[in-house]
Amino acid sequence: MEERKIVVPGETIVTGEDFLPGDGTRRENDDIVAGKFGLSDISDRLVKVIPLSGVYIPRRGNTVIGQIVDITFNGWLIDFNGPANGFLSLSEIPRYISKDEMRDYLDFGDVVIARIWNAKGKGIDLTLKVRGLGQLEGGMLMKINPNKVPRVIGKEGSMVNLIKEATNCEVTVGQNGMVWIKGNEIDKELRAKEIIEFICKNSFVEGLTEMVKEFIDGGVKK
Amino acid sequence: MRGFTDKMAEEKSKYTKRADGRKFDELRKVEAKVGIIPEADGSAMYKSGDTIAIASVFGPRTLHPQHMQNPETGILRVNYDMMSFSVYERKRPGPNRRSQEISKVTEWALAPCVDLSEFPNSVVDVFIEIPQADAGTRVAGINAAAMALAHAGIPMKELASAVAVGKLDKTIVVDLSKEEEDFEEGEGATDIPVCFLSRSKKLSLLQLDGKISTEELNKAIELGKKACEEINKIQTKALKEIKE
Repeated sequence: MEERKIVVPGETIVTGEDFLPGDGTRRENDDIVAGKFGLSDISDRLVKVIPLSGVYIPRRGNTVIGQIVDITFNGWLIDFNGPANGFLSLSEIPRYISKDEMRDYLDFGDVVIARIWNAKGKGIDLTLKVRGLGQLEGGMLMKINPNKVPRVIGKEGSMVNLIKEATNCEVTVGQNGMVWIKGNEIDKELRAKEIIEFICKNSFVEGLTEMVKEFIDGGVKK
Repeated sequence: MRGFTDKMAEEKSKYTKRADGRKFDELRKVEAKVGIIPEADGSAMYKSGDTIAIASVFGPRTLHPQHMQNPETGILRVNYDMMSFSVYERKRPGPNRRSQEISKVTEWALAPCVDLSEFPNSVVDVFIEIPQADAGTRVAGINAAAMALAHAGIPMKELASAVAVGKLDKTIVVDLSKEEEDFEEGEGATDIPVCFLSRSKKLSLLQLDGKISTEELNKAIELGKKACEEINKIQTKALKEIKE
């Protein structure tokens, strides 16, 4: 695998028929050209650009955390910091709800964790018909840069588990950059928030896990 | 076209140097920085001599008012504004005819680089602020906006670089300063802002204020193209340097 490097829009990443253009790239004659600012990544023959900054762009299968902003006659509109509000249809919730009871099930301002099942075409459609999804009650919500979500989660959730152990809080990270924290005490929740902010700030540091461990023990200052 | 500035300097020996000692095809001292506004989704600063432009990008986000929404594609909305203390004589704050025109031409200059077909009914907002002006603010704004758009992770075909070329009496020069813009001897000053796209080398902005012959205009555009390539290198460098 070739080394990753930062590319700018319009820059040729590789030349040759052997490569396939993936996310954030396009083919122009023989060249694979970057269509976005970010890190170029070549694995096997697939070339793609991993964005470094910017807003969250919804993809099918992503799990997101959002807030109910509107209730229509057959569903809910959810704001999850995307380019448009997501739509959660009445038929996409795990049990039957009559149209009159919609506000009892999910009310304005309620926080939900949902999965995107369709991001193409008109609107973004969400579903709750997967295990682990649904309303998030209590706790607090914080917003981070969506490009740093993989750092906060860590390899196979190692970083999130670290935070959970250190603070005894439940931590759920949505791929849209919304983080939901719930603990028994407000101090613990704030501590978890502090740790997450620390991770976002130092996301480019090598050996981040070690550094976060030290930070949790009070070794490193902000 | 190479070397024509030197030849022209020989022909018109009356003016051999510019007021600030630059060569005819030399840019002012340029500085570019990406990621200067933490609240924005993307931001950049472009400084050319005493002209400073700051661009911030927000979105793609839902477009209001709704009647402006386009169900086929997202739209780009540019807002250019000069701060009231940016010029010697205080500028009355708020939009005016000039800033509205510049917002519009900047929008048109940047539109061919971005690809917003993925985001129907949404808008990408670009805000360009000029905290300090010394001619060439619209081109500085375009340069900053192009970097800020890339920084915001907007799908883009290429970058855009702009420069103001001009004619002082009979000499074609690049990147006019305010002093040069007000030059009145001989044929006076002509100001020609041009914007080139980085990959396709297409011209996306061409304005002209003053008098110039077709032949000279072609020369000026060619000179602008070279300067834009130089600016593109600076923009690329600034983008590659960021570490968040």
